[in-house]
Amino acid sequence: MGLQAYLTLAALLFAIGLFGVVTRRNMIGILLGIELMLNAVNINLVAFARFNGDPAGLLFTVFTISITVAEVAVGLALVIRIFRSRRTVVADHLDLLRG
Amino acid sequence: MNLEPIAFWGLGSLLVASSLAVVLSKNLFHSVLYLALALTGTAGIFLTLEAEFLAAVQLLLYAGGVITIVVFAIVVTERLVGDRITQTSRQLLPGALGAAAVLIGILGFLGRAPLPEARPPLPAEVTRAIGHALLTRFVLPFELLAVLFLAALLGAMYFARPDD
Repeated sequence: MGLQAYLTLAALLFAIGLFGVVTRRNMIGILLGIELMLNAVNINLVAFARFNGDPAGLLFTVFTISITVAEVAVGLALVIRIFRSRRTVVADHLDLLRG
Repeated sequence: MNLEPIAFWGLGSLLVASSLAVVLSKNLFHSVLYLALALTGTAGIFLTLEAEFLAAVQLLLYAGGVITIVVFAIVVTERLVGDRITQTSRQLLPGALGAAAVLIGILGFLGRAPLPEARPPLPAEVTRAIGHALLTRFVLPFELLAVLFLAALLGAMYFARPDD
């Protein structure tokens, strides 16, 4: 399989993740969509690294995976915090700043 | 007989199906389980790209770590809210149109870009090369990553602390 096949698969996964981020109302559901998008980016990075024969791209993937894990931890801590104070999981209900 | 196209198509269809299930499932907990399936399938895609080390990292950090944290958050919030978390979606059509527009844009660009078909040989020991680069050429990002983790750890603990 050529590079094009892998990039097409990653683009498909990215679009599905974007769809989830836009349409989900639950905050944890939105975070899951972001996970899918970042996962697609990782596939892209690994595919480019493999087809360039350069391990540095694999190293970038290690960085992005680690940063994603930190992002999820902080994001879910924020979700729990918002639950505690507002008693809601729905992103649409968080409209304190609406003018 | 080369098994790589079979593995690619099998894993690719599994990935697309489980990702669709993540964004369309009504039950949030099922979404997370499908996400675990998608992340494991991604580890398989990494294996077809001969990145065994990354497949292991993917399984350990993503499929192990992220799924555990998300399940934990769902359990905690379910107790707080008191009823079963079902989730609904809104604006399905605009969302689908937007995602399709992004997809068509990327695919149009991919169609025009000259992309290699053949794979150049990797260094003999990829994991050793990654470890070496991590502590020589990329040592500064590596250390910054440690600082980021410390900040994320403190931040997550600060946000999730019990109310006084």
